Amino acid sequence: MSIQVKDTSIFYGDFKAVEDVTMSIKPKSVTAFIGPSGCGKSTFLRTLNRMHEVIPGAYVEGKISIHGQDIYGPNVDPVAVRRKVGMVFQRPNPFPTMSIYDNVLAGNKLNSKRIKKSEADSIVESALRGANLWNEVKDRLSKPGMGLSGGQQQRLCIARAIAVQPEVLLMDEPCSALDPISTAAIEDLIHELKSDYTIVIVTHNMQQAARVSDDTGFFNLKAAGQPGHLVEFNPTKQMFTKPDNPDTEAYISGRFG
Amino acid sequence: MSNTDLSNEETKLSHATLPRGAQWLVGVAAVALGGLALVLGMGIVGAAVIGLLGFLIGYPLWALLVENRRSATDKLVTGLVWTAFAVAVIPLIWLVYTVVSRGAATLSPEFLTYSMRSVTGDEQGGLYHALMGTLIVTGIAAVISIPIGIMTAIYLIEYGKGNRLAKTITFLVDVMTGIPSIVAGLFAFALFTLLVGPGTRFGFGGGVALSLLMIPTVVRSTEEMLKLVPDDLREAAYALGVPKWRTITKMVLPTAIGGIVTGVVLSISRVIGETAPLLVASGFNPNLNTSPFEDSPMMTVPVFIYTQLSEATAKGVEYAWGGALVLFILVMVLNLIARIVGTIFAPKTGR
Repeated sequence: MSIQVKDTSIFYGDFKAVEDVTMSIKPKSVTAFIGPSGCGKSTFLRTLNRMHEVIPGAYVEGKISIHGQDIYGPNVDPVAVRRKVGMVFQRPNPFPTMSIYDNVLAGNKLNSKRIKKSEADSIVESALRGANLWNEVKDRLSKPGMGLSGGQQQRLCIARAIAVQPEVLLMDEPCSALDPISTAAIEDLIHELKSDYTIVIVTHNMQQAARVSDDTGFFNLKAAGQPGHLVEFNPTKQMFTKPDNPDTEAYISGRFG
Repeated sequence: MSNTDLSNEETKLSHATLPRGAQWLVGVAAVALGGLALVLGMGIVGAAVIGLLGFLIGYPLWALLVENRRSATDKLVTGLVWTAFAVAVIPLIWLVYTVVSRGAATLSPEFLTYSMRSVTGDEQGGLYHALMGTLIVTGIAAVISIPIGIMTAIYLIEYGKGNRLAKTITFLVDVMTGIPSIVAGLFAFALFTLLVGPGTRFGFGGGVALSLLMIPTVVRSTEEMLKLVPDDLREAAYALGVPKWRTITKMVLPTAIGGIVTGVVLSISRVIGETAPLLVASGFNPNLNTSPFEDSPMMTVPVFIYTQLSEATAKGVEYAWGGALVLFILVMVLNLIARIVGTIFAPKTGR
């Protein structure tokens, strides 16, 4: 599933947060968004599965299409979009009332989908294996998800997201609350998931963007109070060796931002 | 030379301290002072106040002389806080003690299982009819208030989010919290006078009156609990492709259920002892009446207490205390249930 974004601006009420983004995200690849805080990269990420609509007054102008379908079309159900485009958040957020097993099946359970026990078991096992968590939790699946460590909780959230079999996985700074070992585990996981999913990741860590991504988008603000915009979108290798835009080079080499 | 002395003074980290157990010494002195006041012919209250003042002044003063200003302030404020605590708690303990000691003698199987039907003398009867009435009336109030209250709170938190309707509702709920309870009773009485006929007093009317008092508490407590569910969790559910209504029913409510149940039970125990609205809307009846929709008055425990007290016979007063104890136990049991339910449903951390 490729994602095409054309002339998209994002608003919170009167405030224009992001301006005129155009990009094309390749299927089954990892795309990273980098940029200084407040430049709208998380906001932009959330428009890719219509999650920004949760905030009252937020709306989008422009066209975002996934697999050729405009996700902001008049007859499009945001719930259907989110079933195809999963999301992992900055802070791990397993459901506190549910066990590890139920957390992985949350997408099915909350939608009251009836599935056979054997089928449920196989979904849980494959999702947890997919998230590299199976070996650590297989003996305590009925324990609460909140009892895991931060890194394990984040991998549980990834397992939960892939258990509903989305085609795109959005990750909003998934490692910012984690230690280097858990971060490495998740980066390895992103490499593995790439063969099945289109992954879009927001990160503050440029080394991480360089390590995991195939393409990178650099967002920036023209000035304080101005909307954020996409400065450059290129293959990661080119971005980190000979970027087109001098601002990108300045940001990557740490001279500002 | 004096300069070095001063800097020595400033850098000193220790100071003289009061002997250990100083507060007990001062305490004994204060009690002695109070005793002296008692001997000199002051009342027991006056003596207690004198003794307390003696402690509150003497202890900080000693600390000021021996230690320093900060320590003296500390001891003064600590003393004042403990005094405030005692002033708040002593009436409570006293009340519990009085109700239990005076009501316990009346509490008997007969008292709990007989009504006041055809009781003329001072020997028989009980509050069975009132107990049943209270359970029925409160039950009706709960059945009306809990769904309305919880659904209102869900609208306010999940859908309203500060729009004009939600603000208006919040304002009205706040106003409702302040309704004097007798006004709620008069409203229910007037309502059923219009709907059914003049002078209608029956159990359902009492339930309606109590529900007017209960709804705002349920709304408020449920609102607070729903606010405690982090938005992160709602977003996590949306991101899994879960519609909003399922997110609310299957994730938000189960996460908050412990607190909601506690709030609901506490709101029941708030209205269960209401007297004025039931006097007006539910009325008096010496007989057992278990049909709330029939046009005949239904007795309740608070009204039973009121009636027995106004009989002003020795037995009547005894019954009033017995009724008070029964009501007290009812509320205690409800609070206990609230606590247990709250712990059972609390999200588990597994640590």
